[in-house]
Amino acid sequence: MGVDRRQVLRRALPDIVAGFIFIAFGSFFALGALDYDLGTFFRMGPGLFPLLLGLSLVLIGAIVVGSGFVGDEDERTIGALPWRGIVLIPAAFVFFGLTVRGLGVVPAVFAATLLAGLASTRIQPLMAALIAAGLTVTSVVVFIVALQLRLPLIGPWLRF
Amino acid sequence: MELFDNLGLGIETALRVENLLYCFIGVALGTAVGVLPGIGPTATIALLLPITFSLEPVTALIMLAGIYYGAQYGGSTTAILINLPGESSAAVTAIDGHEMALRGRAGAALATAAIGSFFAGTVATLLLALFAPPLARAALQFGPAEYFALVVLGLIASIALARGSTLKALAMILLGLVLGTVGQDLNTGVPRFTFGVRELYSGIDFVSLAVGLFGVAEILRNLEAERTRKVIVDKVSKLWPTRDDLRRMVAPILRGTAIGSALGVLPGGGHILAAFGSYSVEKRISRRRAEFGHGAIEGVAAPESANNAAAQTSFIPLLTLGLPAHPVMALMVGAFIIQGIVPGPNVIRNEPALFWGLIVSMWVGNLFLVILNLPLIGLWVKLLKVPYRILFPAIIAFAAIGTFSINLNPYDVFAIAFFGIVGYVLVKFGAEPAPLLLGFVLGPLLEENMRRALTISRGDPSIFLTRPISAALLGLAVLALVLAVLPAIRRRRDEVFLEDED
Repeated sequence: MGVDRRQVLRRALPDIVAGFIFIAFGSFFALGALDYDLGTFFRMGPGLFPLLLGLSLVLIGAIVVGSGFVGDEDERTIGALPWRGIVLIPAAFVFFGLTVRGLGVVPAVFAATLLAGLASTRIQPLMAALIAAGLTVTSVVVFIVALQLRLPLIGPWLRF
Repeated sequence: MELFDNLGLGIETALRVENLLYCFIGVALGTAVGVLPGIGPTATIALLLPITFSLEPVTALIMLAGIYYGAQYGGSTTAILINLPGESSAAVTAIDGHEMALRGRAGAALATAAIGSFFAGTVATLLLALFAPPLARAALQFGPAEYFALVVLGLIASIALARGSTLKALAMILLGLVLGTVGQDLNTGVPRFTFGVRELYSGIDFVSLAVGLFGVAEILRNLEAERTRKVIVDKVSKLWPTRDDLRRMVAPILRGTAIGSALGVLPGGGHILAAFGSYSVEKRISRRRAEFGHGAIEGVAAPESANNAAAQTSFIPLLTLGLPAHPVMALMVGAFIIQGIVPGPNVIRNEPALFWGLIVSMWVGNLFLVILNLPLIGLWVKLLKVPYRILFPAIIAFAAIGTFSINLNPYDVFAIAFFGIVGYVLVKFGAEPAPLLLGFVLGPLLEENMRRALTISRGDPSIFLTRPISAALLGLAVLALVLAVLPAIRRRRDEVFLEDED
């Protein structure tokens, strides 16, 4: 019995997780919509449309969760997760967003591409740095020189 | 004849030097993207949207369209040479195309794909020119209720025809729609779901969403299993097919073009369905059925014609109704809006030069593709070997700078990271991102028309069912949904997709 139940749960897991993500987003928007004027059908307020959508999303999310237990969906394994990428790639974007004005394009792009490059398990740090340097040069040529983007190469944080 | 006047205007526009140049850049980039590992046309177009802002609208759209059909083409090159379809619709080309390559006939396979695509592109472009204007005229009669129903039908049909879980796709549409409500409400000016962050008043940035969902999530998926690509065909020689090849490809190209043109109009994966469908048809009616899967030239000619024809005709719903048939078209909607043009039935009337120029440019672009692909095949073979570990940091650099450059807003860059992770997680749990993007793009249109329709009916929701066209469209939507959810039909549909995959 115990094994059985675990198996059922494992097979249902993708549906359960996906369903709860939908329910979470749905309730967030449905509850949030209540803060705005709902109006009437005649004159719809800003809250009505998101409220309807949020509630539908909660409903569908619940059905998705339920379908995990009855559905004949093919088995789907989650598989290996690229943890380095999951951490480093968003970090690259966030770092870039935070520093591009302050540090300037050159350091921000270099750091972001270096972080991103390290997400690959098949790369040596030195190689990643070389790739980052190459991409920094390319980006400057494309965006600053060719497309005339007005951003400082070296930002105010690094000037004395 | 009106058609000739219009085509004349189109030729004049498409042949302007800068339009020719950007059309060429577009198809070249598209082919490169199709050939390069792990980056699809959706992500590329999203990445390049910011660069097109400074161009004239027609030039920008010509380039973006070029990237799209160029990528279709490049995808078949990788399918044939290394058995890795760069684009999902090329998966079926890989079956026989790669077999041909293994037998030393890579050149003939590539030439067949090129000839088939070019022919199909030409026919489909003509069809687009013929059918778009009357459809747009019909659509101009639509009121808000009809438009609301049409958008609903478009959204539902796009999931009914795609592969994967229908329920999750439905949820993804709703998620997209609701994300589309973030920002200032158009009617009342009330900021919704902005948490007091000024940067969110204009809504979630469309480019960030697309780059995150399609670019970053895709990179994470590729990092799961890093592989080295094996290129077995180093040099492609003997490009020209034999006389026998030419004779055998005629009928499949014609049938593929017909199937592709018809299915391309449908929302969802019309071009994928077209490629698989035409392959099954050829296999079923061929006298040499045994050759299929072992390098039958028909198995390359038919699906390649079909998917290129479909790529072309999928512009019909976009240009006449403003309805994107798939994510790339959703990005085109974004591109139109950024250029200050609302895609829909008014485009033909208000922007004839843009409309006809874009259509003619597709034919020009197809011609460029033949030139680019056949003599320059050696260059593409080299590109095939670009290692992924260099490519993905480059994608990230471009995504970050490009998105930041639009509004100089760091929140747009954070949004990429957020949607990258959300997209990856959802894909992991079986929800494809394409419906979300369609919902996001169509959300404001849906809300606006619902509001207007209800105001006309003084708040009576039955307006959607009492107006005949609206009722019929909604009826079709319900039917499509029921059919998609019914297990028996779903299995049959999955078979169509899977039938020839292995």
